Amino acid sequence: MQTFKLIVNDEQKEVSADPRTPLLWVLREDLKMTGTKYGCGIASCGACTVHLGGVPTRSCVVPISLVGNRPIMTIEAISNDPVGRVVQDAWVSEDVVQCGYCQSGQIMSAVALLKAMPKPSDNDIEDSMGGNLCRCATYVRIRQAIKTAARQLG
Amino acid sequence: MKRPGLTVFPAVLLLAVASVKTASLEQGSTPARAAPRSTSLGLAAWQEIYSVMSHPRCVNCHTASDYPQQGDERHRHLFNVVRGPEGKGVPALQCATCHQSANADSTGVPGAPGWHLAPLSINWQDANENILPSSAVCKTVSDPRKNGGMDGAALVRHHQTELVKWAWKPGFRNDGTARSVPPINYEQFMAATRTWVQAGMPCPE
Repeated sequence: MQTFKLIVNDEQKEVSADPRTPLLWVLREDLKMTGTKYGCGIASCGACTVHLGGVPTRSCVVPISLVGNRPIMTIEAISNDPVGRVVQDAWVSEDVVQCGYCQSGQIMSAVALLKAMPKPSDNDIEDSMGGNLCRCATYVRIRQAIKTAARQLG
Repeated sequence: MKRPGLTVFPAVLLLAVASVKTASLEQGSTPARAAPRSTSLGLAAWQEIYSVMSHPRCVNCHTASDYPQQGDERHRHLFNVVRGPEGKGVPALQCATCHQSANADSTGVPGAPGWHLAPLSINWQDANENILPSSAVCKTVSDPRKNGGMDGAALVRHHQTELVKWAWKPGFRNDGTARSVPPINYEQFMAATRTWVQAGMPCPE
């Protein structure tokens, strides 16, 4: 076990964990932040996406030892972000969610997309969101919500 | 598995390759003209280099396509990963979305500083994902118009980056098995690189 100091949603946290432990499990088990979901555990579904140093990151495959001093943002704080707030509102107005399990990761990826590319095309959305799977197949509504958010962000 | 290139060169040649002095290369000079013997040594050294460049750990990111490859069988990268404008993926699906600055052996994700795809101009495969022959790869690698403006000294430095070195310490898959490495070791690769550059970067026909 080793002690790690983390910056999670602008708060200092300290955890004691095996260095090999994925960030996802530190968030969920040690910090009790269960908004970030476990989907596949091999980075193939995107449900566990958080922002690590501003980069959308699959927390299920990043050992805590490789996080370093990069700030972590999770779905719990995304509404504090101006783009994140708009994206969440668009998700509600477009009634995107069905079961909802993947949507934390979908929103984290959508926010990263819109921050880098304020007016994404359909192809841009498909390329960026292609790694986020939704078993309820809400893809059409996800695309619409991203476009709605893009319009509102102007 | 047969080691491409190794069997055709006698041991004395490998010793000669390793013994070339390289200090001037580190400082940015490339000889303008090579003597015939140096050229033959350079061509032999190139085949050593090619045996590395055509290995999956290297060629998987020197594609001619819109995506990287994975595994020794070089399948298309899973998870709908695409190249992106700078070879680093796209905004919400970047290389760094999974690949960190070091291997994550507990989760099976390889990593090294600056993980990215080589530019399309430095492709070592054709559009059908066949690895290009030695002569074609050599011409690409030695042409500054295609290789990102690198001269011989810059190529030596490129081969000293952590991303290139990663090919010899590629870590473990998520099932715990080790990834394969190129057929010659890193020191042999660097000796061959220096010899090839010292010889004026000759390419086979």
